[in-house]
Amino acid sequence: MLEVSGVSQLFGGVIALDRVSFTIAKGDITGVIGPNGAGKTTLFNIITGIYTRTAGKVVLEGTDVSGLPPERLARLGLVRTFQNIELFGGMTVHENVMVGMHTKSSSGLLACALKMPWSVAEERRIRDNSLKWLDFTGISDLAETTAANLPFGQGRLLEIARALAVEPRVILMDEPAAGLNNQETLALSRLIERIRATGITVVLVEHDMELVMEICDRIVVLNLGKKLAEGTPRETQDNPEVIAAYLGEDE
Amino acid sequence: MKRELLKFLAFALFVCLVPLACRGGYLINVLLFVGINTMLAIALNLLLGYAGQISLGHAGFFGLGAYLSGILTVTYGWNPWLAMPAAAALVGCLAGLLGFPILKLRGHYLAMATLGMGIIIYIVFNETIELTGGPSGLSGIANLSIGSLTFDSDCKNYYLVWFFALVTVLFSLNVANSRIGRALKAINDSEVAARVVGVNARLLKVQIFALSAIICSLAGSLYAHCMTFISPASFGFNFSVELLTMVVIGGLGSVYGPFLGAALLTLLPEILRGANDYDIVIYGALLVLMVMFMPGGLVRGFPELRRRLAKRKGGVEHA
Ligand SMILES: Nc1ncnc2c1ncn2[C@@H]1O[C@H](COP(=O)(O)OP(=O)(O)O)[C@@H](O)[C@H]1O
Ligand SMILES: [Mg+2]
Repeated sequence: MLEVSGVSQLFGGVIALDRVSFTIAKGDITGVIGPNGAGKTTLFNIITGIYTRTAGKVVLEGTDVSGLPPERLARLGLVRTFQNIELFGGMTVHENVMVGMHTKSSSGLLACALKMPWSVAEERRIRDNSLKWLDFTGISDLAETTAANLPFGQGRLLEIARALAVEPRVILMDEPAAGLNNQETLALSRLIERIRATGITVVLVEHDMELVMEICDRIVVLNLGKKLAEGTPRETQDNPEVIAAYLGEDE
Repeated sequence: MKRELLKFLAFALFVCLVPLACRGGYLINVLLFVGINTMLAIALNLLLGYAGQISLGHAGFFGLGAYLSGILTVTYGWNPWLAMPAAAALVGCLAGLLGFPILKLRGHYLAMATLGMGIIIYIVFNETIELTGGPSGLSGIANLSIGSLTFDSDCKNYYLVWFFALVTVLFSLNVANSRIGRALKAINDSEVAARVVGVNARLLKVQIFALSAIICSLAGSLYAHCMTFISPASFGFNFSVELLTMVVIGGLGSVYGPFLGAALLTLLPEILRGANDYDIVIYGALLVLMVMFMPGGLVRGFPELRRRLAKRKGGVEHA
C-alpha cells in the first residue's frame, strides 16, 4: 500500500532521518513510535510532500509519489492530520469539512463567480455530503461553531473529519491523542477502528502506548532518525533495543 | 442565501436612489468615484481579505486598464466597448504571468515585490511619452455610448459605473459563498492544511490575483472613459496604499466592507475640505481611532459597538 524506502532527511548538519524503510499493508493500522525528536513528524512531512526529502523513495500502491506536492497526494488519496492542530480557524466546523471535499468537486473560479447551474448543484452536494463526516466523528451539533472556538478535543475530531472528507485511501495522524483526556482517547481509538473498518489504511504517530498497543496491527519504532524495530505490538514491546531507547528517554 | 439576495437588492436600490437625493451637481461626481473605488476595493479584498495575500501595486492594474483603454481608443481608434475587455484580458494575462513568481513570496517580501511592480508600471506611464503622453497625461478619450445614449454627464456615468460596481459586488458575493471562496479562506487560515486536503494553493492564489487585476483594469477603463483624461499621478504608490486602507478600514474578508471603506475614504476628503490644513490631522486621527476601536473594520465594527453599548446599558439596569 505505502512503501517508504531509504528515506533520509538532513536539516543543515542534523540528520533527522537516516535511510528509513518500511512497508505498510493495506487496511492495517500502523503505529510509528519513538522518543521525542526521533523524526516521526519529519517522516510524515516527507510522505505527505510538505518537505522535500534529501534521499529515498515513497511509493503509494505501486506509483512513485516521492516529491509530489501535498495537493497532488490528496488527489491520490493520501491525507494527514497535524501534531499541532491546523484548522481553518475563521470558518465554521461545517465549512472546514466542506473544504475537505475540494478534490471531490470541480467548479472553477469563474463558474462560482457566475453561479453557473452546475456549480450551484455542486455546492448543494458539498453542503449535504459533508454532514456525513460530522456525523461520523460525532461533532454534528457543533456544525455552526467557529473552528477557532472549539475545545481542543473537538478540534482534533474536526481535523479528522476534514481529512476523511477527502475520501482518502491512507490517513496519517500525527499524535491524535495528544492533549486528550482518558475518555476522549477511548473515543478516539473507537473512531480510528471505525475509520479502518471503512477500508482506509491508518498510520499514526502516538505516544500513548496503551492506545498504540491496543489498536495497532504493526508498529515501526524510530530513534534518532533511524528505524530501530518493526513488527507486531508484542514483538516491539519485548525488543530490548526499543526498551533501551525508551528508558534512555526517561532518564 | 435568500437574505443575502435581499440585502443585495436593498443595496442596489439604495445606489439607484442616491442621485435623486443629491440633485446632480458636484456630489454626484464624488459618488461616481465611490463606485470606481468600490470596484477596486472589492478586487483587492478578494486577494487580501480572502486569500490573505497583500498587494501594494493594485493602482498599477487600475492604471493599466485606464491607459490601455485610452491608447486603444485614442491612438488606434478602437471602439471603447472593445478596448475595455481587451485591456482587461491583457492585464489578466500579465497579472497571471507576474503572479506565478511573485505569489511564491510571503509577508513583507510579497509586499515589497508588489510595491516594486506598481512602481515599475507607474514609471512606464511616465516614461513612454510617445505612447502615454508621459506626465502631462492622455486626453481626448471618448465617452462610452450605447446607441444614441452617450455617457457624457456625471449622472449618466454614475449609473454606468455603479452598474459595473454592483455586478462586482454580486461576483464577489458568489465567490465568497463557493468552494473557491472557502478554499481561499482556508489558504489564509492555514495554507499547509489547505494543501493537504487537496487545495492547489499556488494556482488558486495566482487565479485570484489575475481576477483581482482584471476587475481593477475594468475600473480603470471606466475611469478613463468617464474622465476622458488620465495622467500617471492617479495611479501611483499613494493610491495603492489608499486602496489598502479602504479594504482594511471597511473590513477584510467581507463583501460590503470594501464599499464602506471606499465610501468613507472617498467622501472624507470632501467633507474635510473646509478644515483647510487640518484635514490630514483629522484624517489620521480617524484612522487611528478606527484601528483602535473597530479592528474588524466598519462592517463588523458597528454591530460590535452596538453590542458593547447594549451590554453597558444592561449593566446599568442590573445595578
Ligand atoms: N524544519 C526543520 N528544520 C530543522 N530541523 C528540523 C525541522 N523539522 C524537524 N527538525 C529536527 O528533526 C529532528 C526530528 O524532529 P521531529 O520529526 O519533529 O521529531 P518527532 O516528531 O519524532 O518528535 C529534530 O531534531 C528536529 O529538531
Ligand atoms: Mg512530532
